[in-house]
Amino acid sequence: MTENFGYVHSFEPLGSFDGPGLRTVVFLSGCPMRCKYCHNPDMFGEASGEKMSVNAVVEKCLRYRAYNRGGGVTLSGGEPLLQTEFVTELLKAFKVRRVHTALDTAGSVYSEEALSLASLVILDIKHTNEAAFKELCGFSPDNMLRTLEYLKKQRKRFWVRQVIVPGITDGEDNIRKLKVMATGAEKIELLPYHKMGVYKWEKLGLSYPLAGVSEPTAETMQRLNALLRF
Amino acid sequence: MNEWRNFNKGNWSETIDVRDFIQNNYKPYTGDEAFLSKASERTKILREQMDDLLKRERENGGVLDIDTERVSSLLSYPAGYIDKENEIIFGLQTDEPLKRSVNPFGGMRMAKQACEAYGKQLGERIQMNFEYKTTHNDGVFRVYTDEMRALRKYGILTGLPDAYGRGRIIGDYRRVALYGTDRLIAEKRKDFDALAKADMSDEVIRLREDVFRQMDFLGKLAKMAAMYGDDITKPAANAREAVQWTYYGYLGAIKEQNGAAMSIGRISTFLDIYIERDLEEGAIDESGAQELIDQLVIKLRLGKQLRTPEYNELFAGDPTWVTESLGGMGKDKRPLVTKNSFRFLNTLYTLGTSPEPNLTVLWSKKLPEAWKKYCAKVSIETSSIQYENDDVMRPLYGDDYGIACCVSAMKIGKQMQFFGARCNLAKLLLLAINGGRDEVSGVQIGPVSEPMTGVLDYDKVLASYMKYMEWLSHTYVNTMNIIHYMHDKYAYEKLQMALHDTDVERLMAFGAAGISVAADSLSAIKYARVTPVTNENGLIVDYKVEGDYPKYGNDDDRVDDIARQIVDSFSKMLKKTKTYRGAKHTLSLLTITSNVVYGKKTGATPCGRKAGEPFAPGANPLHGREKSGALASLNSVSKLSYCSCRDGISNTFGMVPSMLGKDKATQISNLVAIMDGYFIRKGHHLNINVYDRSVLYDAHEHPEKYPNLTIRVSGYAVRFGVLSKKHREEVLKRTFFERA
Repeated sequence: MTENFGYVHSFEPLGSFDGPGLRTVVFLSGCPMRCKYCHNPDMFGEASGEKMSVNAVVEKCLRYRAYNRGGGVTLSGGEPLLQTEFVTELLKAFKVRRVHTALDTAGSVYSEEALSLASLVILDIKHTNEAAFKELCGFSPDNMLRTLEYLKKQRKRFWVRQVIVPGITDGEDNIRKLKVMATGAEKIELLPYHKMGVYKWEKLGLSYPLAGVSEPTAETMQRLNALLRF
Repeated sequence: MNEWRNFNKGNWSETIDVRDFIQNNYKPYTGDEAFLSKASERTKILREQMDDLLKRERENGGVLDIDTERVSSLLSYPAGYIDKENEIIFGLQTDEPLKRSVNPFGGMRMAKQACEAYGKQLGERIQMNFEYKTTHNDGVFRVYTDEMRALRKYGILTGLPDAYGRGRIIGDYRRVALYGTDRLIAEKRKDFDALAKADMSDEVIRLREDVFRQMDFLGKLAKMAAMYGDDITKPAANAREAVQWTYYGYLGAIKEQNGAAMSIGRISTFLDIYIERDLEEGAIDESGAQELIDQLVIKLRLGKQLRTPEYNELFAGDPTWVTESLGGMGKDKRPLVTKNSFRFLNTLYTLGTSPEPNLTVLWSKKLPEAWKKYCAKVSIETSSIQYENDDVMRPLYGDDYGIACCVSAMKIGKQMQFFGARCNLAKLLLLAINGGRDEVSGVQIGPVSEPMTGVLDYDKVLASYMKYMEWLSHTYVNTMNIIHYMHDKYAYEKLQMALHDTDVERLMAFGAAGISVAADSLSAIKYARVTPVTNENGLIVDYKVEGDYPKYGNDDDRVDDIARQIVDSFSKMLKKTKTYRGAKHTLSLLTITSNVVYGKKTGATPCGRKAGEPFAPGANPLHGREKSGALASLNSVSKLSYCSCRDGISNTFGMVPSMLGKDKATQISNLVAIMDGYFIRKGHHLNINVYDRSVLYDAHEHPEKYPNLTIRVSGYAVRFGVLSKKHREEVLKRTFFERA
């Protein structure tokens, strides 16, 4: 049965950034988007890498279960939903074992079943403006918007995230709009853009689209975060 | 009795039973640290003087002064003070702070060498007096066999307590405060008299003499306290006296003995009862309570023993292991955490960070959340705490045990330990492959067998390893029997044993070093191709390793099971040889800082480690081989069985703060989650260091910039700057998990 296998890029058993508590993060490979600031460009395109069964992934995650009080497992990527069936099976398997799951997605693939199974959805809204979204990610925001609508309608527990890139997402209008879009979210996280993935672009022989763009200052982050509070 | 006013009576008021006193009278505290107070003015003044004294000691090459004319004991010195005006807890080892005393009972040579190493001469009179006296060291070497000498010389057995005090014994110093010396002597007198009716066998005669000497030294302890103007023949009547009486007990012990690790036990919750009573009576306020603990801790930080440079090479940083065990749970499921548990940790702020006392938190998943979080916060900010698993120790040792040294649990006042240093399991494997010859010198030190040739066969190597392990276990137990027979005979711990039940249970604590190297080597032989390389004399001096193999520290059962089997087998084999005084065999995986020396004395190993390279400390995976992240590393170590290693399994763990989360609150809750996880998985011990590696590199280059930078090494903490260059380099090699 092919759907019981998927492609895993790597594991992070001590994840403290993607969801509540201490979490085992499973990075699933492959992504249909082409975000200019992507720090994992090695995951572009079809899923590839280590082929693992649902059982093998679950077994590996459960090895760290003792540390996950108040935490759980996060399925991240790439775009985890690119491997829709695999992710759905994983979410089912964790649910049976009462493991808290967070699905860390940019909504580029729409799957109601997967969204409904996750304990928490972390939705990365790349941009609030359609044209800017397309320009930044080389991809339409339609699925992301459907995802967002579904989460709100179903009153799912979800967080919203956005990467703050100077000149692209650091406008105050954008942040205000994000706040409105994220109505119903438990949390909005603004993540400062960083350049730690640039070397990967070079290694892949790709030219880095944001060359020359600097990381946002701490003051900028503070100012934008303050906008979310009012 | 006025001293016991407002205490709930119980078995403790009829007979010596400190645990019962605690259980009947303590108040668990489940709140947070908000109540804590800052250092008092008097404490601040004393702290400055303490810092200055310690600085001068460092600048003077590690020892400030030595009294070379007197032999250390309870009454050899007049009362000594730091600054009498500002002291509220009294008592120094000699007449001046940081002046070290000489204690030749363990061995004369060591005492002489130690004086000479610091530019002093041991006084003529002492030398003459000891000309006609047998020391512990003399006794041991009279009866050591040739085989034992060889094992010692070539580094299969190292750090044996045959030249100084054996240590690892915790007197129940609380008994002095609760009962006073008169009552303690009276109880011992009853035991002494009861023995009069027995048949006078070796054991009975020895025990009767033991008890006689115990009573004698309780009397001397009272005289020592009288020099400071305190009457400890009676119980302590208030919190100051309780702290003071307890400290006198400890002070007497470190005057009488120079044991390697002389821990203080589990005093904080006991003392809290007195502090609570004083607070209720309005005699002190919170600031006064903190002042008592601060001033006690200042005294504990100034406790020092005179050591030789060779000793310091083994146990770097001049440690004394004044281990205080904090927290834990009671059998009745109430936490043993009190406000005084917090006050002890608070001394890392009121007095600055420090390796001593060796603050040890007994961790249970059921501890109050606020306490767990405070511990995690202090760890992140000071890296000065170690943690041990109360949930695995409590079923074996009850709820009034303490940790001696680093990881050795014992019931306070009811069990004592014969400390057994450790053997080198990695070197033993090389011996087994080399037909019993030492791979460095070529000397035959073990039974003769055929050295192995060609690609190594796992089953053959394992069978030979087990054979040599049987042989070593037998000799190791016998060596220990000699050492402790002689220590009892020539350097008996009169005062410490007076603060134990007469009918004491004895543990004999063996140790093993190099477990990760031994496990990886066997794994390499099993899963890769390993061929011995011989020198011109046919001695195997190196190994050619082709292919990869599973390495201990990556949560890979293939090799983790090998590690577990080695330890389980060794533990079983040791038990086959009878021990002196019917002691119970225990085993630890703990190296302290001797992992560097062990590595130095061990040739290249089949895992690819080069000759002379340091081992990992304790049960840690070898440097740089843990590639699967922090939790995988913890999982591997947690698989080793505490049942086989009842003397402890040491794990030293380093992390950079950002790995734990973005902000302090997240870092704290994640560190709590890591510890909960490790201990739920039955891991035994965890030293926690939270540092950016860049800080350590900078401190390595410019030690003067970080005089107080404290780091947990293996079962204890040291000031990074006082480590030798080699030890600092080893610490820098260790894995600091930056991401998982």
